[in-house]
Amino acid sequence: MTDPQPAVSLQHVSKSFRLYQDRNQSLKAALLRRGRSRYDEFAALSDVSFDIETGSTFGLMGRNGSGKSTLLKCIARIYQPDSGRVLSRGRIAAMLELGSGFHPELSGRDNVFLNGAILGLSQNEMVRRFDEIVDFSGIEQYIDQPVKNYSSGMYVRLGFAVAIHVEPDVLLVDEVLAVGDQSFQEKCLAKFAEYRRDGRTVVVVSHDLTSMRTFCDEVAWLEHGRLSDLGPAASVIDRYADTAHAESYESRDGQRFGSWEVRVSAVELLAPDETPLGHACTGEGAVLRVHYEADEPVRNPVFGLSVETLEGHVLWVSHSRNDGISLDLLAGPGSIDVVVTHLMLQPGVYDVSASITDYDVLHFYDMYRRCMRLEVHRGPYNDSDGVVSLGSRWRAGAG
Amino acid sequence: MSVFDQFTEHRDLLVNLSLREIRGQYRRTALGRLWSLLNPIATLLIYSLVFGVFLGVDPGPGEPSGLNVFALWLMCALVPWNFFNAAVQRGAGSLVENANLVKKVYFPRELLVTAVVASGATTFAIEMVVLVVALLLFGGTPLLWVPAAVVVMLLLVAFALGLAWLLSVSTVYFRDTSHLLQLVMMFWFYATPIVYPLSLVATFSAEHTPQWLPVSLLQLYELNPMTRFVEVLRVLLYDNTWPPADDVAYCAGVAAVAFFGGYAVLARFRRRLAEEL
Repeated sequence: MTDPQPAVSLQHVSKSFRLYQDRNQSLKAALLRRGRSRYDEFAALSDVSFDIETGSTFGLMGRNGSGKSTLLKCIARIYQPDSGRVLSRGRIAAMLELGSGFHPELSGRDNVFLNGAILGLSQNEMVRRFDEIVDFSGIEQYIDQPVKNYSSGMYVRLGFAVAIHVEPDVLLVDEVLAVGDQSFQEKCLAKFAEYRRDGRTVVVVSHDLTSMRTFCDEVAWLEHGRLSDLGPAASVIDRYADTAHAESYESRDGQRFGSWEVRVSAVELLAPDETPLGHACTGEGAVLRVHYEADEPVRNPVFGLSVETLEGHVLWVSHSRNDGISLDLLAGPGSIDVVVTHLMLQPGVYDVSASITDYDVLHFYDMYRRCMRLEVHRGPYNDSDGVVSLGSRWRAGAG
Repeated sequence: MSVFDQFTEHRDLLVNLSLREIRGQYRRTALGRLWSLLNPIATLLIYSLVFGVFLGVDPGPGEPSGLNVFALWLMCALVPWNFFNAAVQRGAGSLVENANLVKKVYFPRELLVTAVVASGATTFAIEMVVLVVALLLFGGTPLLWVPAAVVVMLLLVAFALGLAWLLSVSTVYFRDTSHLLQLVMMFWFYATPIVYPLSLVATFSAEHTPQWLPVSLLQLYELNPMTRFVEVLRVLLYDNTWPPADDVAYCAGVAAVAFFGGYAVLARFRRRLAEEL
């Protein structure tokens, strides 16, 4: 379903913001200063040009402040570029913040119609899609309750359900993929796959390199408002990861902190025979290999690994000290393995975090949260629900 | 994008946003929609008592209707004023109030303002129906004049809408606008013949207009568009006769200027709204 015409074409797009020294939003201040207040221009985007192919899933990445969200807002027409042009074909819908525009006092039903209208659907189209939206959100029972009584999860799910059923030609998504529980996420991914089959274009902004890698066909990498690299997802993300890694000393974005004498460079999933694996299976063996790089010699560090659900429930934590491993002196690159004999996690997606601390586990050299996504597929056990597998079997006739 | 796209291409969204205003306004109040009637009734009682009874304002009987009920005479001007006041003040604040929406979703921003005015216009229409029924009960014959009154009401809505568009942008840049507007509206209320008859101003003007002034005080007073609007509606509904043509023309003129001018300002600043909020 490739279409030679690009879905979105950016031509020399530049956008700068005014950073007011003192924001004069009072009339008095404006009158006293007689007109314009002083401000600095901050170039959020400078001369960005590229095309997004119709039917592709396109990723925008870059560090905080690199201009990726500004670019997304320019495509969504929320911002008007100072110079250059943004051309797009078909209906565009943006998921920048889910449920924005919900009126807390109104029922879920009223809000679905309101939100759909804001996103550009006509009343008739909404009536046709309403059942599907409610079904997708999974909150049928509460649809006539005011949304202020919703939990934040329900709120976001309903917002997501509306946005994704707008079925625009171009869907813009900003960091909203980590919504809801696993079954909801699966529904979302299935819906995105459907988008792809239908030849719709999806543009994603995300920090999560792993999901970008699996999800996107092409990726643009923005650096200080300029296009730094553009191409097939895997190769651009690799280059980005390398650079980001080299500069991670400064990164303090809550995902990662430490004093950086030694750093976790990657966590890798291997089969028991040490061949790389894409996913693990319940009940089978696996090896988690932590690659590190020590810039300065570090004595007696302790490695830690943890597994948590996407909602952040910690399922397992273990430190190398627990097994009495003493690492003595670390210098240069290296790796350490955690060998799992039977992976007793049920099918699903989990976050793996890695840490390197001093021997007392008080000082963090590197605490890298969610450095890897662990995907677990069905193994030899037939559990129904839950997070862990007990490796159990049913037996009849015991009484 | 033309100013009328809002009412054609984006009609569904306008309806939905207006419904949000109407439904959301009195949620979680015991009396609900009743409040939208109780408020005007309370002001009507207060003004009737203070101005009609205590101060003895006497507008005289309607000519030719013969009606002589102060409360009805008051309502013919008070109801349009209440609409105008609420529409302009709430409309002016609507962009700032919905900042989150403006910053996160693209849609024609002017619809937020238009929806507030539209929801106010709905209440306005209902109140006017109640007024017409009351006029009938007291022996007036307003029905013949209703079509003309509807046209003038539409002009008033256009006038309020234009001002609301203009002021909503102004509020984004200067948050003082909303406070200033409260003062202006209070002043404007007394500068309009709502609680007193226009004849009072005419008498005063005849006696006190200074010699050196090329125009009379009354002419200055009548520059106020709201004077014309309430007078025209009063003449139509209370007096039951045709209003002076120049008054109607003046109403149409200011409505058109405000409507297209206000929209032009909004259209000019529309693109920067998301980042200025």
